[in-house]
Amino acid sequence: MKNTKTRVTGIVMFLLALFVAFIMIVPFVWMVSASFKLKKEIFSVPIRWIPETFHMDNYETIMQKIPFPRYFFNTFKLTVSITALQVITCSMAAFAFSKLHFPGRDKLFLAYLGTMMVPWHAIMIPQFIVIQKLGLYDNHLSLILTGAFNVFGVFILRQNMLSIPDSLCEAAKIDGCGPFGIFTKIVLPLTKSGLATLIILTFNNVWNDYMGPMIYLDSDKNRTIQLGLATFKREFDTNYGAIMAGTVISLIPIVIVYVIAQKYIVEGIAYSGVKG
Amino acid sequence: MAAQKTKKKSSRMNRREWIAGYLFLLPNFIGFLAFTGIPVIIGFIISLTDYTGFGKPNFIGFANYAKMFTDTDFKVALQNNLFYSLTSVPLTVLFALLLALMLNRKMYGGSAFQTIYFFPNLTSMVAVGCVWLQIFDSKKGPVNQFLMNLGMEHPPKWFWGVGTALITVVIVVVWKQAGYYMVMFMGGLKNISPDLYEAAKIDGANSWQAFWHVTWPMLSPTTFMVTILTFIASFQVFDIINVTTEGGPGRATEVLVMRIYKEAFKYGRMGYGSAIGYFLFLIIFVITLIQWHGQKKWVVE
Repeated sequence: MKNTKTRVTGIVMFLLALFVAFIMIVPFVWMVSASFKLKKEIFSVPIRWIPETFHMDNYETIMQKIPFPRYFFNTFKLTVSITALQVITCSMAAFAFSKLHFPGRDKLFLAYLGTMMVPWHAIMIPQFIVIQKLGLYDNHLSLILTGAFNVFGVFILRQNMLSIPDSLCEAAKIDGCGPFGIFTKIVLPLTKSGLATLIILTFNNVWNDYMGPMIYLDSDKNRTIQLGLATFKREFDTNYGAIMAGTVISLIPIVIVYVIAQKYIVEGIAYSGVKG
Repeated sequence: MAAQKTKKKSSRMNRREWIAGYLFLLPNFIGFLAFTGIPVIIGFIISLTDYTGFGKPNFIGFANYAKMFTDTDFKVALQNNLFYSLTSVPLTVLFALLLALMLNRKMYGGSAFQTIYFFPNLTSMVAVGCVWLQIFDSKKGPVNQFLMNLGMEHPPKWFWGVGTALITVVIVVVWKQAGYYMVMFMGGLKNISPDLYEAAKIDGANSWQAFWHVTWPMLSPTTFMVTILTFIASFQVFDIINVTTEGGPGRATEVLVMRIYKEAFKYGRMGYGSAIGYFLFLIIFVITLIQWHGQKKWVVE
């Protein structure tokens, strides 16, 4: 009796999970499907999830209207620069906060965490003015410099470094290793999983960023992929198929990263929830 | 926290480590000073002026802050934002928790489900907005085609209806972010010791009682954390609205960040925009204070 009951619950749960999966995935199926359809087919009733014939017209249109290679290059440039800088600045700060001893360290760390409280949207106007005064408006450096620091990144890496035994650092010190040597030779190699999480989350954030580029960039040659897609959508809002084709192209890198690095993404987030 | 430093160190070595410590913090210090610290101060100064982005600003005292009390655009945006927060936060927490509990059981294909549920979270709001605009298309979209097939003559207008636009935004956002917070909940669930469930079972608790007396209280720090995080994020909603409705129809989806953006970058009212920015800052500040106060009370470690 009890056994049947648990089995029935199991089946019900599985069906429920399947239903949720359907809701989560169906918009993306629609997207891919519509991107291969002619305009008159997209909203046909009943829906044909698999197009009768795969038309490439939308991809040809979008490739002509949006200079994808340039937008990809711009977005990639921003993503790589910001991620690289964050790895450097975050790991340095995390090292100081976890492995070096100096007066006021823990108070500084608390103050540093406190800066998380300042929402970017609240200060985007004065930050924009600072960037303008520095002459960096419509320059990728505006996004690179403002994006080079990440409190959350410092937090993750610090947690990671705290688990490295101090005795390792002490031993290196006795061997005559300075703080910089301990940082690069001992601590960094042991922080790989934290670094992987930081790299992937930052990559994702920068790739998907929309409002930052919208405010800081102006000319077409500097635009990012999200900006290009949003602009196209605004100008040709009834060219449904082409919009979907553009969306598919913009998602490809994210899908690749997710397939390769899902483990680090999920671990990083689960961890941040537990430790607050 | 860290291990005690060994006492037998020459003061020269200590001094060297102090300097190294500050040097390692220097890049972050400069970055935050330039792009957060200074803007916080400048923002307040500008909020006391009529700065337009060009020319010389005039000092006008607290007029911009006073204006918020009479500006209906702002009041509507604040109302909408509160509605958005008070619907999207509980719905996100509820769905994220339910999904986490569901996947926490041993289930065929559990990790595949997790992969799928989490995926929308990684996609950009621009992409998500473009797709949902078509799915919720009021005339030809698949959702309304389906509803009309069921016999509904006037299905909701979703993004295009004054009464439905904001709730449609809520639906899309909950759909997108539930998977993210689900992962946080799953992290919290893994931290609950199986012994507690064992003990509850011995005491004759059914699964419902086990949930209320073990899972729910043990999970409360995570629930609290997720609530705070989604609440803070809900006051920064912008991307999805700018892609789908741009604040419309009428003012139906105007929210705080939309006001800041439009005032400053569309109408050139940098001073007034900064004042609203400070208002937003205040809201987040209060939520953070609640968090700090709550963490002391809630976190069981």
